[in-house]
Amino acid sequence: MTLPPELEAKFSEILGKYPPQHKRSALVPLLLYSQDYLGKITQELVHEVAKRTGVFPVQVEEVITYYSMLHSPKPMGKYHVQVCTNVSCQLTGGMELYDHACKKLGLGHKEVSSDGVISLEEVECIGACSWAPAIQINYDFHHNVTPEKLDELLDNLRKVQ
Amino acid sequence: MLYNEPSPHEVKVLTQRFGLPNSTTVDTYVANEGFQAFMKAASMTPEAIVDEIKKSNLRGRGGAGFPTGMKWSFVPRNNPKPKYVVVNADESEPGTCKDRPLMENDPLQLIEGMMIAGLVVDSHCGYIYIRGEYRYLIDIMDRAIEDAYAKGWLGKNIQGTGFDFDVYTHTGAGAYECGEESALLESLEGKRGVPRIRPPFPAVAGLWRCPTVLNNVETYCAVPSILRMGGEAWANLGTPRNGGTKLFCISGHVNKPGVYELPMGFNLIRMIEDVAGGMRGGRKLKAVIPGGSSCPILRADECDIPMDFDSLKNARSMLGSGGVMVMDETTDMVQIALRIMRFYQHESCGWCIPCREGTLWLKKILTRVSDGMGQNNDPALIHELANNMLGRTFCPLGDAAAMPTIALVEKFRDEFEAYVRRSPMADLTATETPVPVGA
Repeated sequence: MTLPPELEAKFSEILGKYPPQHKRSALVPLLLYSQDYLGKITQELVHEVAKRTGVFPVQVEEVITYYSMLHSPKPMGKYHVQVCTNVSCQLTGGMELYDHACKKLGLGHKEVSSDGVISLEEVECIGACSWAPAIQINYDFHHNVTPEKLDELLDNLRKVQ
Repeated sequence: MLYNEPSPHEVKVLTQRFGLPNSTTVDTYVANEGFQAFMKAASMTPEAIVDEIKKSNLRGRGGAGFPTGMKWSFVPRNNPKPKYVVVNADESEPGTCKDRPLMENDPLQLIEGMMIAGLVVDSHCGYIYIRGEYRYLIDIMDRAIEDAYAKGWLGKNIQGTGFDFDVYTHTGAGAYECGEESALLESLEGKRGVPRIRPPFPAVAGLWRCPTVLNNVETYCAVPSILRMGGEAWANLGTPRNGGTKLFCISGHVNKPGVYELPMGFNLIRMIEDVAGGMRGGRKLKAVIPGGSSCPILRADECDIPMDFDSLKNARSMLGSGGVMVMDETTDMVQIALRIMRFYQHESCGWCIPCREGTLWLKKILTRVSDGMGQNNDPALIHELANNMLGRTFCPLGDAAAMPTIALVEKFRDEFEAYVRRSPMADLTATETPVPVGA
């Protein structure tokens, strides 16, 4: 598999962090950065990562199924909206916020809009407890989110499209 | 960036550089006492450094509260294998958000702590395992590392001390279990984050089966200030056997939730009233989870307590990671218990049966109770199941799920029973007709 040059550079950088005999350590970072760059984890990529890290493809698969941020075989949307409902967020309206997002987007847990642009996930604690309720859109944190603020954020995602 | 106003009650030691302009750069760091501790440590023997840390009564800030000096002394310096310094930045205990500001505002303090650990155990390489969701922090750490190399604070022969040290970041990808030290090492080796059997402990056989020091972000961040101030002075900031200051993450029904650095042993009621601005809407305090969701809940009448490891242990709870979740009188404890169990069930790695099955069945029963379809003996069944899990799982995740559940059902039994009383299924158990537990 030929990787885009930018991703190829990222691969070299990541693989360079570990002693050559332990390049398997790069497995999770390679997959996560690939998913960010390519939008999904394909079978071709699984084989490529297996080759680069010196493991069998099935060993890559077993790692993928373990980590909740690795979405395969079903990719998430271009904008992945993650609403935390864990205790600190629950106490401050996170559950209601999640319900609001479901209605607004017409999506449920880990569902993707038909055009593949927006996806929704009810997530576990994202480490924003003191600034709850909080959400993440891709890797961006949004703190003290109200239903109105959420509407604004979601409308903006559509606008930038 | 600071997400909440500081409090006048804070004692700023680890957070002293928070809010300074360009606080993530080497220049600002060095101009504000940065790397002084490393330079001092470089001229000390490893034993003398460990002694200072032992004197400081620093205890692991990830939640277990194990004495750090002792942990470091377990690493065999003379082992011919390479040794590693690993940072646990997989902060994911619900209620905990302290490692985020530590890395975001002062990444070099963490690096300096790692370097000092490197001096102690004769390690020349460190990895920072950061949870995948914290991508922006990986970028901040990477920039700080690059800056440190450029200014001669990482790499070969650091500042002429003859000490070599490299630091790398490593991203996780969403797994609470990887905050457990042996699961973290598995994950760092590119495998599923399943815990290892111990012994051997990571100090002897850790990353790639080499001797490894593994601590939480906040623990490493405390080390430079201990060497600068001296272990004894640092210890005196806190209470006996619980040295120094600690970052508390106050969340929930308070007026000013936030991350605050307070002396160990700070009273919990004062923390809520004076530091966090009191209860939201003037409502009454009902309960507090004092240290992250795995810690048994305290009723309001149990909250007049110094926040340190020993006091909370005596109150049959834990200080944990310092995630203080405050709940007012409107809080429904059945919903809290269910949410906590949904979390642990989702995060159970599935490796050992008591945890995999225990969390699943507890979730199902709690769901049934919450849906108004509970049976009379469900509160007792929840208690029994959780008790059966306690101490019988491969790693502490099973205990982390069982402990808060037992405390909730013991201390708020009436609320579970009220749910069950309203249920049309309440009496079915009397007829000996087994009702299948939810889907």
